Amino acid sequence: MTTVWSGKALAEAIEEFAPGSVQGSSGTDVWLKAESISVVCEGLKQRPEFKFDLLNSLTAVDYIDHYEVVYHLTSLPMNASAVLKSRVGMGRTEPSVPSVVSIWRGADYQEREVWDLMGIRFDGHPNHKRIMLWEGFPGHPLRKDYVTYDQSIVTSIPEISKNAGSDE
Amino acid sequence: MDQSFLDNSLWRNIYCLLAGDSAGCSARDYASGLLPGGMEWLAFAITALAIIGLVINGVLGGVIVLIWGERRLFGRFQSRTGPNRWGPFGMLTSVADAIKTMFKEDVVPVDADRILFNLAPILIATPALLVFAVIPFGIGTYVADLNVGVLFIMAVTSLTTLSVLTAAWSSANRIAILSALRSVALLISYEIPMALALVGVIMLAGSLSLGQIVQAQGIPFILVQPLAFFVFFIAAMAEMARAPFDLTEAESELAAGYLNDYASMKFGLFFLAEFMAEISTAAIVTTLFLSGWKGWEPIPSHFWFMAKLILVLFVIIWFRMTLPRLRIDQVLKFAWKGLFELTLINIVVTAILIGIWPQPTTAQLWMMAAVNWPVAIISIWLVSRLLGTAKYEKASPDSDSPVYSVATESIPKTSEYITNSTDVSSVEAVSKEGGA
Amino acid sequence: MAIKTQPVTVNLGPQHPSTHGVFRMRVMFDGEEIVDVEPIFGYLHRGSEKLAEERTYTQIVTLTDRMDYVSSMLNNQAYILAVEKLAGIEPSPRGVWLRMIASELQRIASHLVATGFLLQDLGALGTPLIYAMRERENILDLFEIICGARITNSYLRPGGVFMDAPQEFWPALDRGLSDIVNTLDELEEYLSGNEIVFSRTKGTAVLSPELLINASITGPMLRASGVDWDLRHRNPYDYYEKIKFERKLHTASDNYARYWVRVQEARESVKIIRQCIDQIEPGPVRPSFDDVPRLLRPPAGDAYAAIEGSKGELGFYLVSDGGIAPYRMHVRSSSLINLTLLRDMLIGGQFGDLFVTFGSVDLNMGEVDR
Repeated sequence: MTTVWSGKALAEAIEEFAPGSVQGSSGTDVWLKAESISVVCEGLKQRPEFKFDLLNSLTAVDYIDHYEVVYHLTSLPMNASAVLKSRVGMGRTEPSVPSVVSIWRGADYQEREVWDLMGIRFDGHPNHKRIMLWEGFPGHPLRKDYVTYDQSIVTSIPEISKNAGSDE
Repeated sequence: MDQSFLDNSLWRNIYCLLAGDSAGCSARDYASGLLPGGMEWLAFAITALAIIGLVINGVLGGVIVLIWGERRLFGRFQSRTGPNRWGPFGMLTSVADAIKTMFKEDVVPVDADRILFNLAPILIATPALLVFAVIPFGIGTYVADLNVGVLFIMAVTSLTTLSVLTAAWSSANRIAILSALRSVALLISYEIPMALALVGVIMLAGSLSLGQIVQAQGIPFILVQPLAFFVFFIAAMAEMARAPFDLTEAESELAAGYLNDYASMKFGLFFLAEFMAEISTAAIVTTLFLSGWKGWEPIPSHFWFMAKLILVLFVIIWFRMTLPRLRIDQVLKFAWKGLFELTLINIVVTAILIGIWPQPTTAQLWMMAAVNWPVAIISIWLVSRLLGTAKYEKASPDSDSPVYSVATESIPKTSEYITNSTDVSSVEAVSKEGGA
Repeated sequence: MAIKTQPVTVNLGPQHPSTHGVFRMRVMFDGEEIVDVEPIFGYLHRGSEKLAEERTYTQIVTLTDRMDYVSSMLNNQAYILAVEKLAGIEPSPRGVWLRMIASELQRIASHLVATGFLLQDLGALGTPLIYAMRERENILDLFEIICGARITNSYLRPGGVFMDAPQEFWPALDRGLSDIVNTLDELEEYLSGNEIVFSRTKGTAVLSPELLINASITGPMLRASGVDWDLRHRNPYDYYEKIKFERKLHTASDNYARYWVRVQEARESVKIIRQCIDQIEPGPVRPSFDDVPRLLRPPAGDAYAAIEGSKGELGFYLVSDGGIAPYRMHVRSSSLINLTLLRDMLIGGQFGDLFVTFGSVDLNMGEVDR
C-alpha cells in the first residue's frame, strides 16, 4: 500500500531545505509559493528522504479568483506519494509558474496541456506550444469564464480564421 | 534434344493451320491450309494477332481468377469466409471490382508530371506480359523459344522497377519517392543472387533456352538444385515485392508507396501488373525448377503446368499471409550476406558435379541430388546461424540486483511523517479555503 | 565525389493506416533514417474534461467509456474509484468483485488488441490481427451478457456495478477463459519464435528505466524495463490485496520486451479472474439508493485515484464544490504521457521501425486527445 505524506509533515520537511517556500498545508496537501516550485521539486526528487522520482499527474483548476496547479508525486523507492499545490494568478491576472520539465520530463506534455486548456504559462518549458488545439485558438476552454464561441463567429473574424486555417 | 519440340511452337501450329503446305510445315503434316495459296502474309498477320490475344487475355483472365483465389485463401487463412456474395463462391467479385475501378474518378495531382504520370501504368504492365513470350505452357504451346530465354527473363523483369521509379517521381510525392528508392535498392540487391542461382540450373541443362531446360529435367531441378531453388524463390519474391519483402508498398509504413496518388484504372493497371508479375514468377519457377509441363501420361502437359503453377501460387500466397515484413536494412543484408554466399556455394558444388558427370542421365541427377541436399541443409543452417538474431538469455530481472530499486513490502523509515492513504475521510482540506 | 543530400520532411498522418487513429507525426528523414520527429495531437480532441463539468457524476461514466475505447471497463473503474474516494462511498463486495472481473477481462482484450496491431505494424497482412480480434470478440460477447453493451459498457456505478451478472454469464466466462489461454498459446507459438518478429523488434527503441520513470511512463512499458511497479501490487485498490498474481518483468526494455510483457500479463489476468470467481460472494451489487443516491453530491474537496490500466497508470483527479457535477475533472491519461519519449525512441532509428515503436507504446488516440 502506497503511503501518503500528510501535508503538515511534508510542509515541515520542505521548510527544512527550502525555507519560506511553503504557504500552508492541510490534509495531504501542501501549498507552495509559485516561485519556489523548481527548488522544492528539485529537492523532493533528489533528497534521500523523499526520492519522488515519478510525477504522476500535473493539472490545474480554475477557482474563479485564482488558479491552482496540482502536482501528484510518487516515490518508487519509498512507495510513498505526496500532493503539491500552488496558487497562481490571484485576481485573474495572467498566471505563470516555473516549469518542472527539467526535473521530470513527464511534465512535458502535461504542462503543454495545462497551458493549452487552462492558460497557465510555464516559464522555462522547452517547447511551450498548444497541444490539443491549434495555435491561435481563441481562449483556453477549461477556464470557467470561457464562452463557447459560435463557430460562424470564429471564422468570420479574419485574424482568427487565418490562424484556424493553418494547422500550426 | 527432341527436334519436334522445337518446331512445335504455338506460332508454327497456328501458322501452318492457316497457311498449309509451306516450307516449314511439312514436318507437321499440314497438307492444305485454311487459306488459299499465296496468302501467307495474311496467315502471318492472323497468327500474330491470335497469339497476342491468347496470351494477353489468358493472363488477364488468370489475374481475375488469381485475385479471387487469393482473397478466398486470405479468408481461409484468417478464419473468415472471404468474398462470397457475387456469383458462386464470390467468383464474380473481382469482375465487380474491375468494373468499379473503371468507373472511378481519375485524379491527377496538380504537381504531377502529367506525361510520365500517365505513362507509368502502361509501362509497368509490359514487362510482366513479355515474360510469357518465352514460357512453355505445354507441349508445343509457347510463343517463342529464345535461345537466351533465361537472360531475356532477367532483363525484362528488371524493367518493372523503372516504371515504379517513373510513377513515384512523376507523382511528386515524398512517400512515393521513398518507396521507389526502396524498390531500386531491392532490384539491385536481389538481381544478383537471382541470376547466380540460375547459373546452377543453366549448367545442368547446358542451355539458356527454357524449352531445353524443361527437356533436360529428367527429375525436377528442385530436387537436384535445392539451394538454387531456395535462393531463386526468395529473390523472386523480393523482385515482385511480395510480403515479407513488400517494402515498396508497405501498407503500415508508406500507406501505398508509389501507388499513393494513383486512382481509377491507372491504379487498376498497377494492381493488374502486380498480379501478372505473381503469375509470371510462378510460371518461371515452375519451368525452371518443377520441370514445367512434364508429367505422367495420359494427363495432358498443359494440365501439369497449370497444377504446378497453382501450387507455386499457393505457396506465394501462404508466405504473404503468414510472415511479417522485414526492414530494408535487414532485407539488403539478407541478400548480400546470406543469399549471395549460398549461390556461390551452389555454383561451386554444381560445377564439381558437372565435372564428374558432364551429361547427366536421370540416375546421375539423383546422385547429384544426394550430394546437393546435405550441402544445402548445412549451408542454410550456417547462414541462418550467421544472420539470425540471438535469443534473450533471460527475461526476468535478477531479484538480487534489480535494475531500479523499488520499495519492498515494509513501511519505509520515515513512517512517522506519513499517514495511510486509506485514511481519506479524515482529510478536511478543501482547496478553496485551505492553506495559508 | 560526395553526393549532396538533404533531409526530407514527410507528414505521416492524420490519415495513415497505422497511426492507431488520427495522429500526425512530422518526420524528417535522411534516407531511411529518422532525424527528427514532431508529434502533433488533437485530431480527436472532444473536450471530455469540459463536458464532464456539466454532467452528473453518474452520467460521466459514459464519457469515460469513450476515452480509451478499447479499455472502457478500466476507465470506468478508475473514474468510479475517484468518485468513491471523493464522496466516501463504501462499495458493495459483490459489485467490487464483478468490476474486477470485468476490468481484468478488459485488460486481456486491450493487450490482445495491442499485440495484434503491433504485428499489423510489423507488416503481417492482417492474419495475427484477426486472430487477436477474434478472441477479443469473445470477450466483448461476455460483456454483452454482463451489461448489454460491447464497447462503451458504462457498467460501473459509484459503489459497485449497475446490475448483477445473469446466470448464464458464469459458464460462458469459464469457457471464455480457457479459450483465451488457447489463443494466447497460439499467438505465442506464432510470434515468439518467429525469426522475423524477433529480428524486427529486438534491440529497437531501448529506453533505460531511469529515463522511463523520469518521463512518468508506467504500465507494461515500465515493466518491460525491469522495474517492478504495478499499482495492483504496490497500491492495491478494490480487492487486489486478496489476489495472488505474478508481476511479469522483462529486462530488455525494447519492443519485443513490451510485447512479451503484455502477453504474459494477459495470462496473469486469466489467473486473477479465476481467483475472483472463487472468492465472489452473493449479495447486492451496489449500495441502496438511500446510501448512494443516483444524484451524488460529494462534499467539497478533491480526490485523485489511479489504477493500473492496460496502458499504464490511469488516474482521475476530481474536484467537487458540493454540487451535482464535478467542478473539475482531470484525466491522467497514460496514452498521452507514454508518448513523452517518442522522440528519444524514434530518432536515429529506421523508417521501418517507426510504426512498430509507435505500436509498441500501445496508445489509443481517444485517450491521448480525450
